[in-house]
Amino acid sequence: MDKMPKWADVILTPLISLLLAMAISALVILAIGESPWLALKTMVDGALGSSYGWGFTLYYTTNFIFTGLAVAVAYHASLFNIGGEGQAAMGGLGVALVLLYLPLPHWILALPVAMAGAAMFGAAWALIPAWLQARRGSHIVITTIMFNFIAAALLNYVLVNLLRPVGSMDPASGRFPEATHLPKLSDIALGMGLEWGKNTPVNVTFIVAIIACLLVWLLIWRTRLGYEIRAFGRSEPGALYAGISPVRITVLAMLISGGLAGLMAINNVMGESERLVLNAVEGAGFIGIAVALMGRNHPLGVLLAALLFGFLYQGGGELALWTSIPRELIIVIQALVILFTGALDNMVRMPLERLFLSRRKRGAA
Amino acid sequence: MDFATAIQILDSAVRLMTPLLLACLAGLYSERSGVFDIGLEGKMLMAAFTAASVAYATGSASLGLVAGIGGSLALSLIHGAASITFMGNQLISGVAINFLASGLTVLLGQKIFGLGGRTPALSGDGRFGEITLPFADSLREVPVIGPIYAELISGHTILVYVAFAMVPLTWWVLARTRFGLRLRAVGENPASVDTAGVSVTRLRFAAIAICGVLCGIAGAYLATGLSAGFVKEMTAGRGFIALAALIFAKWRPWSALGATFLFGLLEAIANRYPNLDLGIVTIPSMFMNALPYILTVIILAGFVGRAIPPRAGGEPYVKER
Repeated sequence: MDKMPKWADVILTPLISLLLAMAISALVILAIGESPWLALKTMVDGALGSSYGWGFTLYYTTNFIFTGLAVAVAYHASLFNIGGEGQAAMGGLGVALVLLYLPLPHWILALPVAMAGAAMFGAAWALIPAWLQARRGSHIVITTIMFNFIAAALLNYVLVNLLRPVGSMDPASGRFPEATHLPKLSDIALGMGLEWGKNTPVNVTFIVAIIACLLVWLLIWRTRLGYEIRAFGRSEPGALYAGISPVRITVLAMLISGGLAGLMAINNVMGESERLVLNAVEGAGFIGIAVALMGRNHPLGVLLAALLFGFLYQGGGELALWTSIPRELIIVIQALVILFTGALDNMVRMPLERLFLSRRKRGAA
Repeated sequence: MDFATAIQILDSAVRLMTPLLLACLAGLYSERSGVFDIGLEGKMLMAAFTAASVAYATGSASLGLVAGIGGSLALSLIHGAASITFMGNQLISGVAINFLASGLTVLLGQKIFGLGGRTPALSGDGRFGEITLPFADSLREVPVIGPIYAELISGHTILVYVAFAMVPLTWWVLARTRFGLRLRAVGENPASVDTAGVSVTRLRFAAIAICGVLCGIAGAYLATGLSAGFVKEMTAGRGFIALAALIFAKWRPWSALGATFLFGLLEAIANRYPNLDLGIVTIPSMFMNALPYILTVIILAGFVGRAIPPRAGGEPYVKER
């Protein structure tokens, strides 16, 4: 018997957790002598108050949708993929190699090829930890952490020693060809006669991200593989008994997860910077953890949570610009969201369950 | 490479391994009791910040150390509440603690000192001074042993010696005391400890507290021993290298000494020779920096001796009713 109605489980608990995280964030802002109300107003104005703000918010949202979906897919197989950061970084390398060395005449052609490159490199980076977990029993959390660092060192090496154009000082690749430039949403809006989000980085990748949400939903709840992933995640012995191969599911789930994290690169590397720079991921891989936890590993939840974090990220930038609150406030909020929706979930859930249980008893009597 | 250079590299390795060793032993207590801790990095960072701030304000490195331990313990307590009391996911809690430390240190640092997250540079008594062991100067001229004693063994801060002393102490506590036996048991089979009438919760909280104290010393050493003040993100992944060392050492104290020395040595060599020329191949510093992680993955893969974690690690203990 369920202890709580479904809506309380899916909506009420994350919402209370979020409120707790926000309340403590407000206390932190008070503690550093600033006004939480003013901070919120600055963030809302800066991130949602104009089409310019929205352009940035949606750009960050796109990143977080990919990394959030990556964590969510792995989580359904009860694998905690903490390596989104490294997988997204490797995805960037895949995008850069494809765009720098393949002659692609138009973005419509370049986009799917770059997506394939990004997904393949991201998936490849998840493959080794997955295989080690499945075959050798090495803990996937530790191996994916290690792979984040290895990816950072590898990218550092590749950018400094191999991809850096002759004569350039900063560790970055050359510019991608002009023909592979992805249309910005502002360009599309202008084509329809609307002035929206001028000079903002949000591009067609946003639409790809929405489609990815839909596809992940179909995968997890409407396909045989998705069923196997969920069954394996719920109970490994149960899945084994039903003839599901743990090795196959672990590897497949991590490949999809790594591929999704890698796909983020078409937004930040191909869509925004149009060259591969050092540390291009900027922590989006880790924010994916918060997004997946907040969104309860459901694609719709991930979409909404990514939007929330996109807002926080852009709003945080505005805070640093207009007030004396440093950008790092966002990291604190992110930490609190992870803490309350992830680790301290039971702190909210237990009293709620008790509340609903006592109400049901009274109703039955 | 001559003898003097070798001594210098080894000396630098000893300095660099100290925070790794302390954090590694911290993780050892926590994980042997069955609580995974990937928040070593965050605890060290928080400790480095509180230690540097208090050392600057009071001019005393010792008070800084106390503050460092306090800062780290506060985060330990959060980890304990989440993973023991509320039976939450220990890994997620660790991730949250790392971010919390990373954000709070800059936020508070900017508020207090206004230097973009740094603390002002420490000098004089605000740092732990180097201790010259007896006869170090008079023995310096003795060939071979002289330089080893004077340069390598003498002339470190007190915290370095504390770290090294922690190794036999940890071995003794784990292997020879009642507390150690129970600690190991609670990491392997908490139900049996519970049946014997010992509180699992209390044992695990004790382990987490020891972990917090050791991480606090590690962070204080970073900010007031190794360097002079706190810099944003100054732990730079050391908590994760310590975690790697812990696995490398298969959760054993003496092996932890070896593993952290190896990783400290790698860092020292990478610092001294950014591009190591071995005649046939030139090894870039990035490879040296990534080597601890690569080695850990190889160890985890079980190709070179298997690393088996404590059996109850990562599982919250639910008492039967």
